[in-house]
Amino acid sequence: MRHSVLYTFVFAAIICVVCGVLVSTSAVSLKEKQDFNAALDKKKNVLIAAGLIEDGEPTDAVKIDGLFANIESVAINLENGTEDPTFDLEGYDQVKASQDPDRSFTAPANRSAIKRVPTHAQIFKVNDDAGTLQQIVIPIEGLGLWGTLYGFLAVDADLDTVRGITYYLHKETPGLGGEVDNTRWKAKWPGRKIYGPDGGVEIAVIKGEAAPAAEAPFKIDGLSGATITGQGVTKMLDFWMGDRGFGPYIKSLKQQPAV
Amino acid sequence: MATKKSEAVLDPLFNNNPIALQVLGICSALAVTTKLETALVMCIAVIAVITVSNVTISLLRNQIPGSIRIIVQLVVIASLVIITDQILKAFVFEISKQMSVFVGLIITNCIIMGRAEAFAMQNGPLLSALDGLGNGIGYSAVLMVVAFLRELFGSGKLFGVSVMPLVSEGGWYQPNGMMLLSPAAFFIIGAIIWAIRTWKPEQIEVDG
Repeated sequence: MRHSVLYTFVFAAIICVVCGVLVSTSAVSLKEKQDFNAALDKKKNVLIAAGLIEDGEPTDAVKIDGLFANIESVAINLENGTEDPTFDLEGYDQVKASQDPDRSFTAPANRSAIKRVPTHAQIFKVNDDAGTLQQIVIPIEGLGLWGTLYGFLAVDADLDTVRGITYYLHKETPGLGGEVDNTRWKAKWPGRKIYGPDGGVEIAVIKGEAAPAAEAPFKIDGLSGATITGQGVTKMLDFWMGDRGFGPYIKSLKQQPAV
Repeated sequence: MATKKSEAVLDPLFNNNPIALQVLGICSALAVTTKLETALVMCIAVIAVITVSNVTISLLRNQIPGSIRIIVQLVVIASLVIITDQILKAFVFEISKQMSVFVGLIITNCIIMGRAEAFAMQNGPLLSALDGLGNGIGYSAVLMVVAFLRELFGSGKLFGVSVMPLVSEGGWYQPNGMMLLSPAAFFIIGAIIWAIRTWKPEQIEVDG
């Protein structure tokens, strides 16, 4: 059947409008639930890094919010390394902010291929029931072999000892670099030290097996077949824990008398 | 008519399987089959999209101007896929995170457009729905077999439950890492095609 040109245009327009309405309705009506899921997922990863829940353990919103009761979310101004209580963290997405020229600055030269640093970062202070600081959870990101790895590093209240690490988003090869999310590898991290005697970042993923934390405090077992991923992890810790990342904030926190 | 209906559903399972005979939709078959769980969600998503798109296209088949029919099919399929993706993000967030871009890539799954163009444009809504269902299930059957083999031999698990304990976790099974890489899906699909064609020699193409 042949149709006129006018009919074709009208038909195309109607199809576009109908499909457009359907797509936008579904996106808008489900947005709230999706945002809730994304926020819950982030909290869950913070808890995993802090060792408060096991990776893969079944959790629900009630349990996660319960564990989060003692966790304080703090905005850090990365330009001067201070806490910024005026900054609104509600719905703040650090990864998106680092792509926005108004909310980020050009990263200083670094080995982790980080191009821009957001002006503000969200960290989490984990307190005990009495309100004493137990550990802080810091977001880390950096290039691996195939793409950027995103994760959290939990640091003890002494601001030197690692309590845990987790990667929630990466593109590394399953079975090789992808083992960064293997719980057995992550279990090698707690107890290792970040800063050397001169205050520089010393922690590094080495090739081969590292001695226990007491003997080799700055070394982590390499992942076999994943040299570049391991180097990526080393480089991103060097950047984020160093002077151009969270280093200044951590130094200022160390000087504060324990509350 | 009754035989035509059952043919529409059953033919794509073995006689005219979209992956094994037509070799369509291979890209997603590689990407989401390292685990049964993601493969299952992918299958459900594809069955839903292909059935609904076939019905929609079939209902519109006499109104769609021939000159823009391909783009109209694409708009319908793309809209359905976006809606599916939104639903997955809202209700099975963990799994949708693992499937990442591959839900969106259902749009480019040749099976869906192939059925819209080849079947739904000529047949009524009921028959088109059955055809969509059959092709979706045919696609799913292959996907699930591939995912079963890859998860079992690649990580010693089925649906995330450890079946063969791994050496790295204190067990005895040394996983076959190749199974987790994309080429493994090619090998398995190749073996499935060989098996089906040995069983049904009429599927073998005549060498020109």
